[in-house]
Amino acid sequence: MKFTQTEGKNRTDRQKVIGKATPRIEGALKATGKATYAYEWHDIAPKPAFGYVLGAAIAKGRITSMDTSGAESSAGVLAVVTAENAGPLDKGNFNVVKLLAGPEIQHYHQAIAVIVARTFEEARAGATKIKVRYASEPGVYDLEVAKETAVKPPARWGNEPDSAAGDFAGAFAAAPFKIDATYHTPAHSHAMMEPFASIAAWKGDELTVWTANQMIAWSRADLAKTLKMPPEKVRVVSPYVGGGFGGKLWIRADVLLAALGARAAKRPVKVALPRPMMANNTVHRPATIQRVRLGAGKDGKITAFAHENWAGNQKGGSTETATLASRALYAGANRMTSNRNATLDLPEGNAMRAPGDAPGSMAFEIAIDEIAEKVGLDPVEFRVINDTQVNPEKPAQTYSTRKLIQCLKTGAEKFGWSKRNAKPGAVRDGNWLVGLGVATAYRGAPTMNSGARVRIESSGRVIVETDMTDIGTGSYTIIGQTAAEMMGVPLDRVDVRLGDSNFPVSAGSGGQFGAVSATSGVYAACLKLREAIATKLGVAADTLEIDDGFAVAGSKRVALGEVAGTEGLSAEDKIEFATDREKHLHYTFGAHFVEVGVHAITSEVRVRRMLAVCHAGRILNPPAARNQIIGAMTMGVGAALMEELVVDKKVGFFVNHDLASYEVPVHADIPHQECVFLDDEDPTVSPMKALGVGELGICGVSAAVANAVYNATGKRVRDYPITIDKLMRT
Amino acid sequence: MRPFSYEKAATPAAAASAAAKNPHAKFIAGGTNLLDLMKLEIEKPAHLIDVNGLALDKVEATPEGGLRIGALVRNTDLAAHDKVRKDYPLLSRALLAGASGQLRNKATTAGNLLQRTRCPYFYDTNQACNKRAPGTGCGALAGFSRQLAVIGTSNTCIATHPSDMAIAMRALDAVVDTVQPDGAQRHVAIADFHTLPGDKPQVENVLKPGELITSVTLPKPVGGAQVYHKVRDRASYAFALVSVGMIVQKDGTGRLAVGGVAPKPWRVEAADAELPRGAKAVAAKLFAGAKPTHDNEFKIALTERVIEASLADLRRA
Repeated sequence: MKFTQTEGKNRTDRQKVIGKATPRIEGALKATGKATYAYEWHDIAPKPAFGYVLGAAIAKGRITSMDTSGAESSAGVLAVVTAENAGPLDKGNFNVVKLLAGPEIQHYHQAIAVIVARTFEEARAGATKIKVRYASEPGVYDLEVAKETAVKPPARWGNEPDSAAGDFAGAFAAAPFKIDATYHTPAHSHAMMEPFASIAAWKGDELTVWTANQMIAWSRADLAKTLKMPPEKVRVVSPYVGGGFGGKLWIRADVLLAALGARAAKRPVKVALPRPMMANNTVHRPATIQRVRLGAGKDGKITAFAHENWAGNQKGGSTETATLASRALYAGANRMTSNRNATLDLPEGNAMRAPGDAPGSMAFEIAIDEIAEKVGLDPVEFRVINDTQVNPEKPAQTYSTRKLIQCLKTGAEKFGWSKRNAKPGAVRDGNWLVGLGVATAYRGAPTMNSGARVRIESSGRVIVETDMTDIGTGSYTIIGQTAAEMMGVPLDRVDVRLGDSNFPVSAGSGGQFGAVSATSGVYAACLKLREAIATKLGVAADTLEIDDGFAVAGSKRVALGEVAGTEGLSAEDKIEFATDREKHLHYTFGAHFVEVGVHAITSEVRVRRMLAVCHAGRILNPPAARNQIIGAMTMGVGAALMEELVVDKKVGFFVNHDLASYEVPVHADIPHQECVFLDDEDPTVSPMKALGVGELGICGVSAAVANAVYNATGKRVRDYPITIDKLMRT
Repeated sequence: MRPFSYEKAATPAAAASAAAKNPHAKFIAGGTNLLDLMKLEIEKPAHLIDVNGLALDKVEATPEGGLRIGALVRNTDLAAHDKVRKDYPLLSRALLAGASGQLRNKATTAGNLLQRTRCPYFYDTNQACNKRAPGTGCGALAGFSRQLAVIGTSNTCIATHPSDMAIAMRALDAVVDTVQPDGAQRHVAIADFHTLPGDKPQVENVLKPGELITSVTLPKPVGGAQVYHKVRDRASYAFALVSVGMIVQKDGTGRLAVGGVAPKPWRVEAADAELPRGAKAVAAKLFAGAKPTHDNEFKIALTERVIEASLADLRRA
């Protein structure tokens, strides 16, 4: 079905199942270890060989010689695949660097071989016996230096890199209050629990991969393209994913090398990337340098706004567009934004949870705190004063729904914001300086076309099949809820099957479009199935009622299983989003409130409590949405206080490439967290009237932490993460 | 990981004797550090001598009024031991500041003293590291050194010793008891146990080939107020940026050892003597001759602050 206009009343409004707090329907499987993750398909690939990936030891240059004979004769080794013997390979549309390199090396730990052996240990031992000689070439690893040669990147996903309205320069010069500050955000690692892992098996010229992936259809196409084979001959299976955060949007070395290894060894091969390879072999969130200039009048209204961003990537890679969301966030007639991209020889930068907006808000929402203080306004009040219901760059474009003020005010009330002392460094609790901080969360609510197949079996069970993925987000449950609501059956009579390229193509998981898009696809398929039921019963679809597993039309009341008969009854459809997206801006909003303690003597920082008040349309499953938000708040605490992929600018690699040295928050770092959703629905985006929450929670939260640290200490650190040494130097 | 042979030793002396006969042998106890390093090909023993069955897992009172801690006493058990908590609270607190519950359940007293540095260049076999591969240089000196040592270093190596437990033991004047391949015993003051890198950073202690730690002996309790303050980038499960183990008596005298700043638990007796004069005076003596890098020079000022905070905590207590 095409979604062309604002949705009126529909069956999802009943909210008998949708919108109800619902535990994960696959939770028991996960808690008992029965959910099969990529590396665990023991029944389907009972005796696989193991592939160990060898990464390049240099950051840039060439392999001058590679002697694999030692590995080939090593105990248990079945095959060694390199770029030289792999056969012709293409590159996926979404891949920038090669997944199997040689002789040219584009970045550190880029895969140059997979060693396949009977056991993992034999494969790893074999890898140490490969002798590689390199000719290193100088590379560019320092964004601060590369920034000078950064260029205007092409538009991506329809977003122009630059924007402007009014006269920024004039307004900034004339502004009675202004700030001009530069902020740094470092590279971040996805650091998901489940590593990149795949099993590959060939049957003739047909390939099946069991992998950990967010976007089945794109990845199937890219794997097929890389292997120069038709996509129909490739099956991708990924029903359970142990976290992705954008890292698993596209194919990585594990799946390609499993496929090549299996072809060479003539048996199924499993490959998992060891943790120390993940930072440099795969992708990361790129570092940014951002300059924000804000001018405001005596009334606190923003009169001049400029947000400029510099990031870097491998040649041909996308840029981290950190200024996209701030363009339309606050009012003000005179404005400009820009994004510039430099060429770096570090590993490929790519999407990580709320790409662009997460680092963008890290900088911009500190800047708002700074200008509010200059003007002498409370930062909550300042944001309220500068609220806008239209796109300030194109005032004809309105927000479909925007309740930022309500988020801020509700949060301020709940958090006890009125007790905040605006004077930094003024509140003490024993040896701890205490501060409160606030920031706005904002993130776009895009949609993607999404398909599904829904079937009723003679037992009355409803089966949903779609290649949608569940990356820990709760897709199984909201899809089940949607089908239960639409088909009038209890949730426990619905089976949801996900993550298989044999199923209809869905939106996949990314850009916080997954929940709204995939459930809309299921909605569409359910409508079609309801029509099929009506036809079978010989009644008009609009007179059909289905409840408690029975179809009712006029005097007819038939159990769904009976309607389906022994053959079952099936329907497939997809939602195609065809509304005029120019008419409205579709965004999700929130307000983050954070209290921190900073040790008055040692500068140790401890977050004490956090609150997010969010506005994201209809909430399909409140505990799952809350789980997304508090998980993202945790990630934002990491970005604020500890996470940084450190670049060795001489050698050209991320030095701290394991979880002992790339520190993410642990339980002891995370205090009381609360998340509140405003009641709402947005009928302009989809028939589900939902938006998305997967990325909203990380936007702004790091700045709220930073602003709280400032309120506690009077120290404004503009270079993330805010570590003890920086606080000591400030 | 390389193939290796394995034996279970019958007695401490037999373990030492077996190890002396094979230059590529290593003892294994908890394995929390060694196994990781073997997987990464940083340690490449051809032979493992399992010492877990050697009955070195007792904590006993000594005739001198101290405590003898068996080499195989697990970190969890030692931290929870009644006498340790009562008489040597610094040791208990230092242990609990290290690693995670799971690791402390496996990690042993001797193994804790012998754990290797966490320098990221030591851990990446593609990088230059004089400790891992003597003569290859030091990637950290020109690279990323925020976590690394500011004093006791050399031109070849600026790695830190990562132990928390050893900081407490250094402040408590522990003695490391060993058995040698010929069965003879040796008692080494912990001050002399770990060595500085000099031009041989691959050597980290005074153990001779085959020599096995059998216990660590604490002298009789010194009383006083005891505090272990560990500062790190997250609240738990991280190595120290700086840690301070301190004992202060009622008259203001005391002693301290600091971690995260040197290749060994760092204690300077002349700094102890400055305790009554406060953190600044202590830090000046502790760091006389320090050679920090740009990345880690903050550790000197931070240590001073942690000493100050610890003194403040003790005053309040």
